[in-house]
Amino acid sequence: MIAQLRINWVILKTCIEERFVYRGDFAFATFVRFLPIVTQIFLWGAIFNIHSENPIKDINGYSYEEMVAYYLLAMVGRAFSSMPGLAGGIARDVRDGTIKKFLTQPINMLGYLFWHRVAHKLVYYAVATGPFALVFWLCRDYFAGWPDAFTITAWVLSLAMAFLVGFLIETLIGLISFWFLEVSSLIFIYMMLNYFLSGHMLPLDFLPSWLQLLPFQYLAYFPAGIMLGHFTHEQLVVELAIELVWIVVLFLACRVTFNRGVRRYGAFGG
Amino acid sequence: MAVIEVENISKEYLVYRKREGLLASVAGLFHREYNAVHAVAGVSFSVEKGEMVAFLGPNGAGKTTTLKLLSGLIYPTGGQARVLGHIPWKRENAYRRRFSLVMGQKNQLWWDLPAQESFRLHKEIYHIEAAEFQRRVDELTDLLEVRKLVGQPVRELSLGERMRMELIAALLHSPEVLLLDEPTIGLDVVSQRKVQEFLKHYQAEQKITVLLTSHYMKDVEALCQRAIVINEGEIKHDGPLAEIVDRFSKNKIIGLQFAGTEIPADLERYGTVIERQPPRVKLEVPRNQIPEVLTGLLSDYNIEDVSVQDRPLEEVIAELFTSHKKASLAEAEANRP
Repeated sequence: MIAQLRINWVILKTCIEERFVYRGDFAFATFVRFLPIVTQIFLWGAIFNIHSENPIKDINGYSYEEMVAYYLLAMVGRAFSSMPGLAGGIARDVRDGTIKKFLTQPINMLGYLFWHRVAHKLVYYAVATGPFALVFWLCRDYFAGWPDAFTITAWVLSLAMAFLVGFLIETLIGLISFWFLEVSSLIFIYMMLNYFLSGHMLPLDFLPSWLQLLPFQYLAYFPAGIMLGHFTHEQLVVELAIELVWIVVLFLACRVTFNRGVRRYGAFGG
Repeated sequence: MAVIEVENISKEYLVYRKREGLLASVAGLFHREYNAVHAVAGVSFSVEKGEMVAFLGPNGAGKTTTLKLLSGLIYPTGGQARVLGHIPWKRENAYRRRFSLVMGQKNQLWWDLPAQESFRLHKEIYHIEAAEFQRRVDELTDLLEVRKLVGQPVRELSLGERMRMELIAALLHSPEVLLLDEPTIGLDVVSQRKVQEFLKHYQAEQKITVLLTSHYMKDVEALCQRAIVINEGEIKHDGPLAEIVDRFSKNKIIGLQFAGTEIPADLERYGTVIERQPPRVKLEVPRNQIPEVLTGLLSDYNIEDVSVQDRPLEEVIAELFTSHKKASLAEAEANRP
């Protein structure tokens, strides 16, 4: 148990070091990712017609301010749930044989990928927290104010869980490469769908309500909705419980897929 | 008890058979034909503790497949194998802590970080104690002469240096069985020799069991007493390396140095002239005729120096593989209706 913790700690530490090797590129990529925020704010401004005589008051229950606030909060959710390169990386490891390392050494590949990703995120937050804070401060007028402590706690929890959901879904897609060596088009389709289904592009209440039955809403729509005060305390508890069930289901799916994938790898050669 | 026991193991791959042309490719989307490829077909052998055994064979002979089976990467279509009492493809941690697989063409180290970071991770995943870890790192980096390089990112190392780091990473946890797949592939002569010398020294000292595949006969001759020759998934020879030449080569080579600067023109009556560098010449002669040929040569000519050698292992093996291929082709031809 303690040994396992030490392994995870060393993986985490080493991966953080690895991320810092390319810090310049990383900082630039982080900066570039903030640019769409500006265009998005202008876009919603145009849609709501805010500079005209009679701007639109409300679209689907969202005022202009609330829409911008939603978008900014969805960005925070994405900062936790997006996993650039995860599925593609797994596919690459399967294809070029790097995966052999995980099969011949006493190390759990999924665990390794998890801690690798945690390291990745920690470094990202270290770089991105400043710019995020600045953007929120500049946009402070779009927000109605701070919700109560219970809601904020639920929000923090939902962000951590958004990370897990995002990690598990992308890992699952990556593991499909055991069957189809090339998954890049699959990843592309997933990214496209994800953009809609997670609520990144539009709040999910704009789209058919059954989409909220899918786990993708936990990647951005749900955490953003919490901070906008869309949920009562009871609803928060229920939603978080459902999300937890999704995490367990996705985790089991990953385990099963991994084990089957490795069996198939063993049958078809590596 | 043998450390590695392999009994009648076989591995069959299904390989998608693609026909030529676009139409066939489209048809392949709906109906696929598979060919069974017997990568390993009923191989049996056992290796005792402390042995260093070479796997010889041409590309695609089944060497790497056998190593993959023994390291648990793939499971067999039939047969049994036990390494250190474990069934490899169960991939138990208890087994994985006791062996190492090094593939010359695969990189296991963290590319962007110094090798010492990879070593540290190995320390944790193999539960190596701190003092023992430090001792092993010092010892191995000294032996392989890379002590100064452990702090340099792996991507900045030369291929030879990287390979040595790979070996260190693989040996830190003192594995009892070491599986090496082409450990010197692509290395220059100096690095090759360093790796050879290290492996020889390390194996002799630690008495570990080593199974290695290599295309370089120099590696094999330097390291292994025993060789298993494998071709088309079957074992063709299992025994002392020296026996291969005895068994598969019917000829020996007589090296002659004549007095003066000329060499006689009628040497062909004694055997095949394979090298002519006046006044030296090399003759290939059937093994059982050596005494009479030597007697004849020494009485007919004025000879300053003479030597009798085995043919180079490399040549014998190459011939063994090609002649086998020819034989099986001839067999196939003969069986045609």
